Amino acid sequence: MPTDPRYDYALREPRLPPAVDHSLADAPIDLDVRLEMYRTLHRLRGFGKRAHDLFLQNLVKGTTHLSLGMEAVATGFGAAMRPHDYSFATYRGHAHSLARGMDPGAAMAELLGRENGVLGGKGGSMHLTDAAKGMMGSYAIIGAHLCIANGAAWSAQMRGTDQVAVAFFGDGTTNIGAFHEALNMAKVWNLPVVFVCENNLYMEYTPIDIVTAVDPPVAGRASAYGLEQILIDGNDPDRVYLTASEAIGKARSEGGPSLIEAVTYRSGGHSRADPGKYRPAEEVGAWAEHDPIPLYHARLLSLGVAEDRLEAIQEEVAEVIDSATHVAMAGAEPGEASLMTQLYADGGSRWRN
Amino acid sequence: MAELTYREAVAYGIAQEMRRDPALVMLGEDIGPAGGVFKTTVGLIDEFGPERVRDTPISEQAILGAAMGAAMTGVPVIAEVMFSDFFAVCWDIVANQIAKSRYMTDGQVSFPMVIRTANGGGVRFGAQHSQSVENWAMMIPGLKVVAPSTPQDVVGLLAAAIRDPDPVVFFEHKALMGTKAEIPDGEIVDELGTAKVLREGSDVTIAALALMVPRALEAAERLAADGISAEVIDVRSLVPLDTRSLLDSVAKTGRFFTVEENPRLCGWGAELVSIVSDEAFWNLDGPSVRITTPHIPLPAAASLEDLALPSVDRIYETVFKSVDRGSGA
Repeated sequence: MPTDPRYDYALREPRLPPAVDHSLADAPIDLDVRLEMYRTLHRLRGFGKRAHDLFLQNLVKGTTHLSLGMEAVATGFGAAMRPHDYSFATYRGHAHSLARGMDPGAAMAELLGRENGVLGGKGGSMHLTDAAKGMMGSYAIIGAHLCIANGAAWSAQMRGTDQVAVAFFGDGTTNIGAFHEALNMAKVWNLPVVFVCENNLYMEYTPIDIVTAVDPPVAGRASAYGLEQILIDGNDPDRVYLTASEAIGKARSEGGPSLIEAVTYRSGGHSRADPGKYRPAEEVGAWAEHDPIPLYHARLLSLGVAEDRLEAIQEEVAEVIDSATHVAMAGAEPGEASLMTQLYADGGSRWRN
Repeated sequence: MAELTYREAVAYGIAQEMRRDPALVMLGEDIGPAGGVFKTTVGLIDEFGPERVRDTPISEQAILGAAMGAAMTGVPVIAEVMFSDFFAVCWDIVANQIAKSRYMTDGQVSFPMVIRTANGGGVRFGAQHSQSVENWAMMIPGLKVVAPSTPQDVVGLLAAAIRDPDPVVFFEHKALMGTKAEIPDGEIVDELGTAKVLREGSDVTIAALALMVPRALEAAERLAADGISAEVIDVRSLVPLDTRSLLDSVAKTGRFFTVEENPRLCGWGAELVSIVSDEAFWNLDGPSVRITTPHIPLPAAASLEDLALPSVDRIYETVFKSVDRGSGA
């Protein structure tokens, strides 16, 4: 067994979560919003766990990237965004899609490669999109979608709407060129766009800090683009919601872009193939203690919400996930009828006469 | 009628469409006050303002990403990539994002956008500013690909590309920028997916694109003096591809030649030859022959670049020898 952390990252010093900021209980957030966020947290968690289970049953093929442990970011932003705002996510996009209102059955069916999937089975786990709900896509090659989010924001600016585009990405994205191109253009054009890094401390299997010139990887670069450093606890839904509301409000009122680093942790590996063994046990344990669901459960109890009210929400969500699974599994596999459709706007794929 | 150069035709065509559609915008490097490095956007910022004619940083991913995001949220857009060689730094956005997203989302999003770019050699810019890369775009499902050879086609095909609801990559040829032609008055709108027979002939069919078109025409003139009647087809649009015009011509002539500026391997002519071979084999009187740039990067020195690109001499000689051999003379 190696004993050198250069050969086994699990031997490194653990990077521990921040202490819970209990003063957030006093934040001016309506209880209805908080209860809805609690519901969303459970919906995203339930969906992720079910996707994992179905993967183990060989029903979800290929690969899948879960947000287990990271749901507070999607939850807080989902609550702060308006229906006509735009979301852009990475391949780890299930939570963001559901948080914008994607039907869980259609999402699950897509993971299963079924005809009733939200993309008819053509996109799969890494490309969930629901344009009608403002979920403008999940982009599986990191970087590009920050530039694309700029375009949606530019479009809103030109059309004179008050729409805001939000691009979610991981810490690994901060080292690809498109990240820097996007931030520069967003600032120069004063675009109504919010860039949100979900820093889960690992680019994939490698700790982000050992491959990045600055720490923290996003906030440490904000000044290079004339942007404010915003570094928050990404596991606290209230903190995310407040930060999101402020950044979105700023963008909506022509105040330009924001760059947010929300520190979080995935409870599992990068993708289904990864058990995440490169992480110190103490670190994994400490972040499990800082999981957004028990954190928020305690917050709501401290605000006087009755336990049975929270239990009722959990039960409702469990039914939603069961129903989504049922819908997905009942879907047919797509056939030849759809293979050659929707390459071009005429609905077909004809490239010659 | 107005006489326009190829480069003036670009701005003329864009202006025609920007007047028609007040939502249409464009972005790119040095396209505003500078008028473009090839002077293809001169005057546009004066007429349409800096909000619709946007100068950008040297950030090709940001340019094409912004164009994609704008198009998918309802704003038609023209993006300029200064040299087509630069596609190599933003190909992810073109090939993985723009081209695939409609299919991957089962039609949820559309991309009414044109990517204009200066393509091709002949102007001694060396290997990183002279490539002919229309075949890169042709091999990506989801893109449409156009390369005009005349000022009038620039205007008409640009209008067609802008009005098309799908992403079109529009290759403007650097070495044709100074060519002049009379442009008819009034709105000019052409049709994508249509080749043009520029010279009728009965012995051989020569399919060419962009800069290779005038060279093929000149070669045909010389072949005629030798009694070989060459039909010259300007392919104009690689996707959609007007295979009907090509196959009809081969049915008449029985011989098929392509003139490509691409390096040899996987040039667009290979696809055309394959189609002709599959579908017109029994019309052929001899092998189909591709006349291409050799499989090398384009050299900078004038003498070397001239040796590399298909020349009038090479087109003439290749066709002449091939026909001569075929006739058994």
